[in-house]
Amino acid sequence: MLRENWNDGGPGFHPVSSSDYLPAAQLRDLQLRRLQSIVGRAYAHVPLFRERMDARSLTPASIESLADLGGLPFTVKADLRDTYPFGLFASPMSEIVRLHASSGTTGKPIVVAYTQEDIQVWSSVMLRTFAAAGISRGDIVQNAFGYGLFTGGLGAHYGLEAIGATVVPVSGGNTDRQVMLLRDFKVNAICATPSYFLHLIERAVELGIDLRELPLRAGVFGAEPWTPAMRQRIEADAGIKAFDIYGLSEIIGPGVAAECSAQDGLHVFEDHFYPEIIDPETGAVLPDGEEGELVLTTLSKRAMPMIRYRTRDITRLVAEPCACGRTIRRMQRVGRRSDDMMIIHGINVFPSQIEAALLAVEGALPHYRIVLRREHGLDQMQVEIEVSPEFFSDRIGAMEELRRRIAHSIHNVTGLNVPVRLAEPHSLPRSEGKAKRVWDERQDSQ
Amino acid sequence: MKISQLSTFIENRSGRLRAACEALAASGINIHTLCLADSRDFGILRLIVADPPAGKAALEAAGYVAQLTEVLAVEVPDSAGGLARVLATTDAAGLDIEYMYAFSTAPGQQAVVIFRFSDPDRALAELQRRGLNVVEPVKLLQG
Repeated sequence: MLRENWNDGGPGFHPVSSSDYLPAAQLRDLQLRRLQSIVGRAYAHVPLFRERMDARSLTPASIESLADLGGLPFTVKADLRDTYPFGLFASPMSEIVRLHASSGTTGKPIVVAYTQEDIQVWSSVMLRTFAAAGISRGDIVQNAFGYGLFTGGLGAHYGLEAIGATVVPVSGGNTDRQVMLLRDFKVNAICATPSYFLHLIERAVELGIDLRELPLRAGVFGAEPWTPAMRQRIEADAGIKAFDIYGLSEIIGPGVAAECSAQDGLHVFEDHFYPEIIDPETGAVLPDGEEGELVLTTLSKRAMPMIRYRTRDITRLVAEPCACGRTIRRMQRVGRRSDDMMIIHGINVFPSQIEAALLAVEGALPHYRIVLRREHGLDQMQVEIEVSPEFFSDRIGAMEELRRRIAHSIHNVTGLNVPVRLAEPHSLPRSEGKAKRVWDERQDSQ
Repeated sequence: MKISQLSTFIENRSGRLRAACEALAASGINIHTLCLADSRDFGILRLIVADPPAGKAALEAAGYVAQLTEVLAVEVPDSAGGLARVLATTDAAGLDIEYMYAFSTAPGQQAVVIFRFSDPDRALAELQRRGLNVVEPVKLLQG
């Protein structure tokens, strides 16, 4: 591969991105050495991993090839919850420089930690993410991912600084100001959730600003599922190229995988995050090309190694060479999950959280359902509740107040503003057998 | 005397109001007057009916959520300023009105205003003390 081709549209090639082009043999060798090291670290410092490996009579020495990874136990989201807050840390607090947290299933967040080295790795994979989107030194980039406990804002921020771009750390919200900054600062690229950027496009139209006439040329979008139709709409309405990125806090945050200029699958930064695809029912490892659940192992994370973490995201790995010249494998865009977690506007929501929120309002659980719909290519959630005698009042104000309290309670638990609809008794469909709470009315699951 | 008002929750969907009225009709319950308060996607139907407990049972049997609440029916002269004078009285008594609606029993002579006060017992005492004619249920339902 000629070095001139190592370029996704930016004016220059950043040396950190060279890891995207490692020859296969060298990449596998690097992965194996890192895997052996990380398994040893997890075994030595994290009781949960050691107990599970001991139970299978495994030791770090059992890992002699990458295929041996398939014999190690899985780690699941509940493990993070059960060891809340610091139980899976492999580094003493004196070496941990950052904590992040994301929503959990019972109101307790999932806590993740980073050493200084972890932050450097994170910056490097985010640098590679932005390089693949053609962003480089000299670009002005507006970062509309939320700053704070959410990994999106700071993850993107460090990567942008590392690549030498000029960061506008605006965080989420205050859309009018976002539009003004895009125009006044002559911003070249933006990071956001696709749903928020869609909202921003609509607001810009209302303000009489045509985004297609601004210098904005690229958008880096992630943290929630979106569809090819949504991408087409964003690209047409904003006059930009829209890139999909993938990540999760448990692994590092954004920066696990990213689209390149070919926009045909997301390159997994597999020198740091080793991907496997498994059958979600049996746990058996599937070959490249077959669809299944994505399982990730952090190869270089120090503060919080993850061994075979089950993401619950359904995808497949693509080993065929990419038009961009990268040798690291690609994963297909994630369209669905193997559990009941919903991702709404970038926030993870479980049905159990909605139930807890409803219980918190009156202490009694009304008959309800959660309806998922797809509007403008994005997942939307509505909660519908049957009005039972104990919830009914003949005053409109009291009923509106009930609806407000329910919406407020859901917001408290999930952080989302979810539309709540009050329904007549017995009007919501009921399932036979096990109570079905989530009604998926999205037209296509991809 | 307080009057028992029947109320029910109606979704803002076509046919739901009709189905509620049909449920009452099927049980032979006459509607003397009604008021539909609506919000964006639901409404609350309030009814003065001949037999409120039977009306509640009929609606519940048809799958509706129903409730009986105490309201006062106040006679108001059907002429300019009639209602304003009644409201001046409720104001003077410091009565808190949740909602109200009116109907005319004998056009040009008397109208009846249904009041839902936050404290019906105190409202009844205050209105009678101030000389307003609070209609008896029997008389109203015959009217």
